[in-house]
This record gives sequence, C-alpha cells and structure tokens, in this order.
Amino acid sequence: MTAALGTKVAAAAPVIPNFGGGGTCVRQNKLFCWDWFSAHWGDTFQPALLDHIKLTLIAVGIGFAISFVAALVAYRFARFETPFSVFSGILYTIPSAALFQLLVPVTGLTTTTVEIALVSYTLLILFRNIVVGLRGVPEDVREAARGMGLTRRQTLLRVELPLAVPAILAGVQVATVTVISLATIAAFIVDQGLGSPIFKAIPTTFNTEFIAAGALTTGLALAAYLLIAVAQRLLTPWARRARPA
Amino acid sequence: MGQEGEAGVNDFTDAFKFMGDNTDLLVSKTGEQLQLCGAAIGISLLIAIPLGLWLGHIHRGAWLAINVSNMGRALPSLAVIAIGLGILGLGFVNVMVALIVLAVPPILTNAYVAIDGVEGDAVEAARGMGMNPLQVLLRVELPLALPLLFAGIRTAAVYVVATGTLAAEAGGGGLGEIIFNQASYRLAGVLAAAMWVTALALLVEGALALVQRLVTPAGLRRRAPAVGPVVETAGTTT
Repeated sequence: MTAALGTKVAAAAPVIPNFGGGGTCVRQNKLFCWDWFSAHWGDTFQPALLDHIKLTLIAVGIGFAISFVAALVAYRFARFETPFSVFSGILYTIPSAALFQLLVPVTGLTTTTVEIALVSYTLLILFRNIVVGLRGVPEDVREAARGMGLTRRQTLLRVELPLAVPAILAGVQVATVTVISLATIAAFIVDQGLGSPIFKAIPTTFNTEFIAAGALTTGLALAAYLLIAVAQRLLTPWARRARPA
Repeated sequence: MGQEGEAGVNDFTDAFKFMGDNTDLLVSKTGEQLQLCGAAIGISLLIAIPLGLWLGHIHRGAWLAINVSNMGRALPSLAVIAIGLGILGLGFVNVMVALIVLAVPPILTNAYVAIDGVEGDAVEAARGMGMNPLQVLLRVELPLALPLLFAGIRTAAVYVVATGTLAAEAGGGGLGEIIFNQASYRLAGVLAAAMWVTALALLVEGALALVQRLVTPAGLRRRAPAVGPVVETAGTTT
C-alpha cells in the first residue's frame, strides 16, 4: 500500500501544489480555498464539467438506443429476454476500474474506450426498465386498443409506449446518475471530465481540488436526478394520482 | 496515467503470465479487498436493516426510505472519496465512509419496500392469532420479505466489491492498488488484476444469487428475480 502510493508521490514531485494563486490558504492546504477555486474555474473546472456532461449524454444516448431496440425485440419475442438480461447483467457487474483497463489493449487510451464502458453500464438498467414498463401495461388496455381496431404497431406506439414512459424515465434517471458517477473513473484512461482534477489532486493531496471536483460531480448527479424526476412528472400527468405511496 | 497502450492479444497473454508468476500478490490483495468490503457491508447492514425493518413495519417514512435513499445512490463514489480525502485525509476511515454511503441506500430501500409490501391479510391473521408486534415482524413479515430484502444486500455487495477497487486511490489497499499503478506493475499486471477483480465481482454476485434462492420460502420461489440488481425497477425508483 505505502509502496504504491510512495512511487506515485515521488513521480509527481511537488507535494505542495504549485498551481499559483491562492496564497497562504493554498500553501497551508486548508480545507477549501475559494480564491484558488474561482481562479481555476475557467481553466480547470468549467471545461471538466462540460466534458463530463458530454461524456454522459453520449453514453446514455447510445445506451438508450441499444436498450430500446433490444427491449422491443424481447417484448415481442420473450425468448430473447433472458440472454440479453444475463449479458447486460454480467457487464453491469464488472467493476468499472477493471472494465476501462480491460478495453485498453483493444481500443487504446481513447474516448471510444471510455464510451464503450459507460454504455455497457446503462444497458441492464435501461433494458430492464423498458421491458418492465411495457409488460406493466394492463391487459384491459391492450384489449381495448385491439378492440378499437389498432394494429400491433399502432398499439405499441400510441398505447403501450406512452404508458411505459414513467418506468422508462425511471430507468433513464438511474442510468444517467450511474454514468455520471462512473465517468469520474474514466479520467484515469482519458484526461477528461471531473475525475481528472480528482486524480490529479491525489498525489498532491490538495484539499481544495478534491472538494471542488467532488462537490461538482455530486451536484451534477443530483441536478440530473431532479431534472429527470421533473420531466417524468411533466410528461405523465395521468400517472400522478395513480401512484401509491 | 502514462500508458504505452499498444493494441494486441499479447497484452492478455502477458497478463495471464503475470497471474501465474504473482498469484501470492493477487491473493493477498484480494484478501485486503474482501476484508474492507466485508467490514463495510457489515456496518451498512447494522445501520440499514433495523431502520428499514422498523420503518416498513410501521408503514411510515416511505419518503426517507425511498427518496433519500435514491439520492444517496446518486452520489458518485469517487466524488464521495474525494470529498472524504479533503476532510478526513488518506486512509481506511475515508474509504469505509464512502463504501457505507454506497451500500446503505439499496439495503435500506429494499428492506423497507419488502416489509411494507407484505400482504395486510397475513399480518392481520398473525395479529388475530395473538402475536405481538415483534413476533409479527420476525415470524411473518421478515420471512415473506426475505427474498426482496436479500436482493438489496446482493446489490449493495456487488457495488461495494466494485467500488472497493477505487479504495486504493485513498489508501485503502486491495486489487485497485495494482490496477491504478501501471508504473510499478506494467500493463500485464494491470490487466491481470482487472481480470481478477472482474472474476471476484462475478463470483460474489453468483454466490449471493444462490443464497438468495436458498432463503426464498418455497412458495415464493417461482417468482424469484432474475440476474442482477432488482432495486432499479420502475416501482422503487420514483
């Protein structure tokens, strides 16, 4: 343990961070130096935050597209459900730090590596929630649709999918928050996102940088969580009174 | 962070060679990681199970058990570790706190939802037989809630084993020490440890899935949930 940390500290020479600005607060490595943070918002934290959002949106977008198609197939042909569940379940279980590294020999130290890993963590959650949402449509409703003369495709598009929206968005919510969390670890592979200042602060144990990056990541995750919760309420006014507890 | 990153199958061949040459190292790091994770899950169980059972039993605090818990799940673990590094510094305590923050929400939510969801008729029948509240909880609600409750523990355990890998960054030891230290162990070592920790996570998940089946009362077994964490379904997430 100490040996591993030792080599890192040695490799990253200055123990007292030499980032300039901040004065005594930074030199004494106090808990949080507001001056340093505001001085480095523009060159460090803002770009990291934007990169983080971009990484997340791409991963959730691609993950949703794959899961959506897979879920529709599994909904129509039930025998595909278990294989895809098991496959995405295994991907989900692989520790992220390991998955990123295992992809390096294949796709290199690239954004592609990061996105493949991030997408793979969204599949289980999105797939399962879409299938559960579609399955949750009451049989009466489906029958009424058939009775009205809707074709299978019309039933899916006009009845089943809209009713599945709450479950689907619940999946998107969990997937998004998960990706925001895991994207911090991606900084170990590609110097992007809010994980980057965290990893950079480790050898120097610079408190301000830890706390700023940690708080920004946490804030981003909570903001995404609440935003999707609000979207869910707005998109499904009919579900509001039906939901118990 | 500087890695040579040449693509190829050779990297994996080297990784297996590393595994053969350094089995002792990998085993001892696995031991460290399991100790850390075991302790974190143990403490989380002590916090979350009594609270979840009690809230579920009195059918109160759904907001706390579900929403606060979901918010807790939204906290990125590396960010929690980072904030902990700022406040607590490097070490075991910091990592422990982060892992507990991660493990409590799924256990608490599932314990609450499981007990809260036990059929009212069963509880009423038990009360009619003259059971006191504690007996109702322990003899009726708990056995019926066990599968769902255990699913929460399983989810938490898999999260904790996966995140325990990050513990190395905060001085907590474990296999992450190899994964995050390419300078000392080279790509072969990093890949070997990555495969090792993957196998460990899958093993923990598989073993707990088995235990979950065993603790499920025979009458409920047909409805046992499939692979992977089950808390993420529609009902509990909103």
